[in-house]
Amino acid sequence: MTTIQTVGVCGAGTMGAGIAIVAARAGYRTVLYDTNAKALDRAKGQTEAFLAKSVERGKLTQAQVDTALAGYKTTDTLDGLAECDIVIEAVFENLAVKQELFGKLNDVCPEHTLFASNTSTLSITQIASGCGREDRVVGMHFCLPAQLMKLVEMSPGLNTSDTSFAAAWAFCEALGQKPVKTKDAPGFILNYFLVPFNNDVIRLIEAGVAEPADIDRAIKAGLGYKMGPCELLDLIGLDTQVLLCDAFYGVTHDPRCAAPPLLHRMVAAGHLGRKSGRGFFSYDTDKMYGA
Amino acid sequence: MVSYSIVDTGDSRSFPEDHPFLAGSGAEGEVVAYIGAGAISAWQEDLSRTAILVELHTETLGEVTGESRGEEGSNTIGFSRFRVGDGAPSDLVELVRQPHTDPAALEAARMVLEGAGLQVSECFDFAGRILDRLIRPYYNEALAKLDEGLATADDMDLTVKLGLGYPEGPIELLERTGLHHHHDVTQALFEVYGTRHYAPARRARVAKKRAKRGLS
Ligand SMILES: NC(=O)c1ccc[n+]([C@@H]2O[C@H](COP(=O)([O-])OP(=O)(O)OC[C@H]3O[C@@H](n4cnc5c(N)ncnc54)[C@H](O)[C@@H]3O)[C@@H](O)[C@H]2O)c1
Repeated sequence: MTTIQTVGVCGAGTMGAGIAIVAARAGYRTVLYDTNAKALDRAKGQTEAFLAKSVERGKLTQAQVDTALAGYKTTDTLDGLAECDIVIEAVFENLAVKQELFGKLNDVCPEHTLFASNTSTLSITQIASGCGREDRVVGMHFCLPAQLMKLVEMSPGLNTSDTSFAAAWAFCEALGQKPVKTKDAPGFILNYFLVPFNNDVIRLIEAGVAEPADIDRAIKAGLGYKMGPCELLDLIGLDTQVLLCDAFYGVTHDPRCAAPPLLHRMVAAGHLGRKSGRGFFSYDTDKMYGA
Repeated sequence: MVSYSIVDTGDSRSFPEDHPFLAGSGAEGEVVAYIGAGAISAWQEDLSRTAILVELHTETLGEVTGESRGEEGSNTIGFSRFRVGDGAPSDLVELVRQPHTDPAALEAARMVLEGAGLQVSECFDFAGRILDRLIRPYYNEALAKLDEGLATADDMDLTVKLGLGYPEGPIELLERTGLHHHHDVTQALFEVYGTRHYAPARRARVAKKRAKRGLS
C-alpha cells in the first residue's frame, strides 16, 4: 500500500487552500500548486493566519505550527508536485480542466502516486478517464471550510482499485478527517440531498406559500437545523446554486434539480446573497459570515 | 394577554401531553382553539371571536371553512404543531391563513401561541404547509438511495450531521418516529400534488403494510 509522506494540492482557491492546511496540520509535507501566483500568496497568508489563530485558541502548539509551516511549500509549476504520494485536485469545476490536469500529472508523478478529486458535481470515473492511471483515482469531497469541517465523502470510480481506495481512506483518517463512502453518483450524498431541497424552498417562496423568514424559522425550530435554508442559500450564493442546478439537472434530469425561475430572476437582479448584500435577506455589511 | 378557551376533541397530535398552551386556557375567551382529531368536525363559525384556531393534520384549512373565488378568509386559522410521526412535538407551530384572513385574527393567534412558549411560522393554505412539503421529498430520496446502495444508512446519516449540522440523519429519524407515518403523510401529499417525489418510498410502503398487520 502507498505510504503517504508528501501531499500535493492543486488549486489554491477556497477549497485547495483549506485542504492544504488540513494536510500540513496533520504533519504531511504539503505542496500547494496553482497557476495563479496571487492565489498562492493569498493561500500562504491565510494558512499562516489560520495556524496562528489555532495556537491562540489552544488547538495547536507553536511547535506543531512550526513543523506544519516548515513542511508547507507553494509552487506554480507542475514539476513541483513530482515528489507527491497523493495529489488532491481542487481546481475549477470543469471536466476538461480536471482531465487535462490529471493527464499531465500522470507524466510528472511517480507510479504509486494517488490522484484525488474534490469535485462537487462531476463524475470521478469521467475525471479519471484517459489520465493513464484510472485505477489510482478516487473522489475525496471535502466540505467548506475544509480546515474546520471533518466530513469527507469518498468515492471510488468504476476503475478505482480496492487497494487505492483503501490507501486513500487510511490517508483521510490520518488527516484527522471523517470519511464516508459513497458511490460515484451526482452530488454524492450531501449535494444530492441539499441542492434539490434548496430548490424546493425557492419554489415554495415563488408559489407564495411562505416568506423566507417563516421558512427558516420553521426549519430551525421544527427540525433543529442550525441554519435555515434561505440563510444557507444566501451564504452559498444564488449564482452558485444556479451552477449546481445546471450540473445536476444535466445528468439527472430530475425536475427538482432544475433551477427554479425565481432563482434565475434573483441572479439577474443581482440578488446573489451575502456577497452582493442582498438575497433572500438583506445584509448591510460585507463582513464574511462568521467573521 | 389574549384570553382563550379550548375545545378538546381528543387525541391531539399537537398537544398530546401537558403544555403551557393547555394550562393557559380559560372558560371563555377572545380566541377559541379546537384541538384534537375531531377538531375539523367540531369547528363552528363564530364571528364574535377575535380568532378561531383549528388543529390540522394532513387536511387544509379550506376543507374547514370552504373556499370561493380565491377570496376566502375569515377569523378562522389553521394550526399544526410540527412533529414527525411518533416523535415528540417540536416548539414550532405552522399557522395557516387564507388570502383574506383577518390580520387581527392572525395577530391574536400568534400572541396566544407565542405566549405559551411556541414559535410561529405563517403560511398559506397548501397541503403539507411548509415543513412536510419540504422534508418529505428529501426523506423519500434518502430511502430510495438506501435501496440503490448510494451509501450505508449510517454513512448517509453521518454525512448530513457532519456536513450540514442536522441533529439527526434521515434514516435514523424515520426509523425512530415510525416509517409507516411517513407513508401516510407522503400518500396524502402525493394525492394532492401528483409528482413522484411525494409518492411514498418503497421502504415506507413496506412499513405501512406491516403496520396494518400490527407489526413494527
Ligand atoms: N466552494 C465550495 O463550497 C466547494 C465545496 C466542495 C468542493 N468544491 C470543489 O472544489 C473545487 C474548487 O472549488 P473552489 O471553490 O475552491 O474554487 P476557486 O475558484 O476558489 O479556486 C480554484 C483555484 O484553482 C486554480 N486553477 C484553476 N485551474 C487550474 C489548473 N489547471 N491548474 C492549477 N490551478 C488551477 C485557480 O487559479 C483557483 O485559484 C471545485 O471542483 C469545486 O466543485 C467546492
